[in-house]
Amino acid sequence: MAEDPQAATPAAAVDGENIVEIRNLQYGVAQREIFRDLNISIRRGRVTAIMGPSGTGKTTLLRLITGQIFPDRGSVIVDGAEPKRLNRAELYALRQRMGMLFQNGALLTDLNVFENVAFPVREHTDLPERLIRHLVLTKLHAVGLRGAAEMIPAELSGGMGRRVALARAMVMDPKMLIYDEPFAGLDPISLGVVLRLIRHMNDALGITSIVVSHDVKEISSVADESYLLSGGQVVASGTPKELQRSQSEVVRQFMEGLADGPVPFHYPAPDYATQLLAREEP
Amino acid sequence: MGLLRELWEAFRGAMVTIGDVVLFLGRLLAYTPASFRRFGLIVHQIYNAGALSLVIIMLCGLFVGMVLGLQGFDLLQRFGSEQSLGTAAALGLLKELGPVVTALLFSGRAGTALASEIGLMRATDQLSAIQMMAVDPVRRVCVPRFVGGIIAMPLLAVIFSAIGIYGAQLVGVQMMGVDSGQFWSQMRASVEVRDVMEGVIKSCVFGVACSLIAVYEGFNAIPTAEGVGRATTRTVVISAVVTLLLDYMLTAALL
Repeated sequence: MAEDPQAATPAAAVDGENIVEIRNLQYGVAQREIFRDLNISIRRGRVTAIMGPSGTGKTTLLRLITGQIFPDRGSVIVDGAEPKRLNRAELYALRQRMGMLFQNGALLTDLNVFENVAFPVREHTDLPERLIRHLVLTKLHAVGLRGAAEMIPAELSGGMGRRVALARAMVMDPKMLIYDEPFAGLDPISLGVVLRLIRHMNDALGITSIVVSHDVKEISSVADESYLLSGGQVVASGTPKELQRSQSEVVRQFMEGLADGPVPFHYPAPDYATQLLAREEP
Repeated sequence: MGLLRELWEAFRGAMVTIGDVVLFLGRLLAYTPASFRRFGLIVHQIYNAGALSLVIIMLCGLFVGMVLGLQGFDLLQRFGSEQSLGTAAALGLLKELGPVVTALLFSGRAGTALASEIGLMRATDQLSAIQMMAVDPVRRVCVPRFVGGIIAMPLLAVIFSAIGIYGAQLVGVQMMGVDSGQFWSQMRASVEVRDVMEGVIKSCVFGVACSLIAVYEGFNAIPTAEGVGRATTRTVVISAVVTLLLDYMLTAALL
């Protein structure tokens, strides 16, 4: 297991094996630095978990990978292309090779389940209606929601919405599926279903999965490799078992869910007694 | 110096926003011809912006026409020319009240609906999801709504004016006793095609302005509840000011 940024890349990986290569990434918003010298390699055909406490920029990392934002310094290479250097048409061509599952599903609320899944097909192809129907029902069947095709997003539970979004994300047969907090707010049954689907889709379709999550136990059960982010850098990487065995304080705090540690319980503040005795607000 | 700097910053901010709106309009217009290939999306938006605004437009048109009938009768009676009520009502409605009041109602009903719908789509990551599916949300979400609004607006203005003239007739002829033949014949004799066209041109321009403001504000809304609320309010306020400003400019140009 590696516990410093330079050693964060699994040694066995070579460029051709990696679908995503992040090198010396630096990114900030306004005065706040989110990533500094971040190095991550994501291997093809694997389920890779990106973990870390809230506010470490996990979702920002996904937005960098998908070209929704660009790094200040360093490089992000996705399937051989650097999103920063692509024009809009090339970027959209790259995105057709990716599928993304948003935290809340992000289903289009003015379309029913069937039309949501059919949306990318209708936008990018001129397939006959019969074929679109076949394709959409196949994907809905894979996530167990063929019977919900006529429902509207408002009628779906959180778990069902996530599964429809998964069907939509894979309807164009992408090379890579990206999940942003797929377990947030799910009941244990829905969570189990989504977990099983992540692993099953990855293996059955031969794709690469990137899962951003802070649900350590759940994601560790399906991930092949994990990266733990903290303070804008990779603080640990390896298989989930290797992370569990780590003696690093920050890794232990995160994996065991300790309230205080290298990531402090209290947000930086002036001395408590001084502040209470002070006359002025606050 | 502080005041000057603030004024300069405000002026600069306004110029940046106007530039941004013009660029956004350019993107909308670039996608517009291709959008007609999927006319079903536009028809859906004409229904949303137009058909769903019909009741409020017809109701307001009737009341505005009735008020015009009453006020017009009172004014014209002082000069002994109440038989010209039809002409006065028709010209007032076709050239001014029809397009302007319809635009104000349109921005209040359809404009706010458009802005809040697109703003909520941003707040709930729907626009990001569309982008991630390699689809430009401006093309798929904004353009059909923009074009639908432009088509719906002149139709609504025509309906408003027609109902308004009926309202004026209802008060003038049925209640105040103006001769029906005089009412209609004077109207037919005095109202020319260019008067009707003035109203149509105005309502088309207002349609472009109100639809553009609504989709721009919605698309650029801050993705929070407060941000969407602010975008909705800005849609109504800016649309009203721009409509009245354009009305003056168009009236001066078309006279």
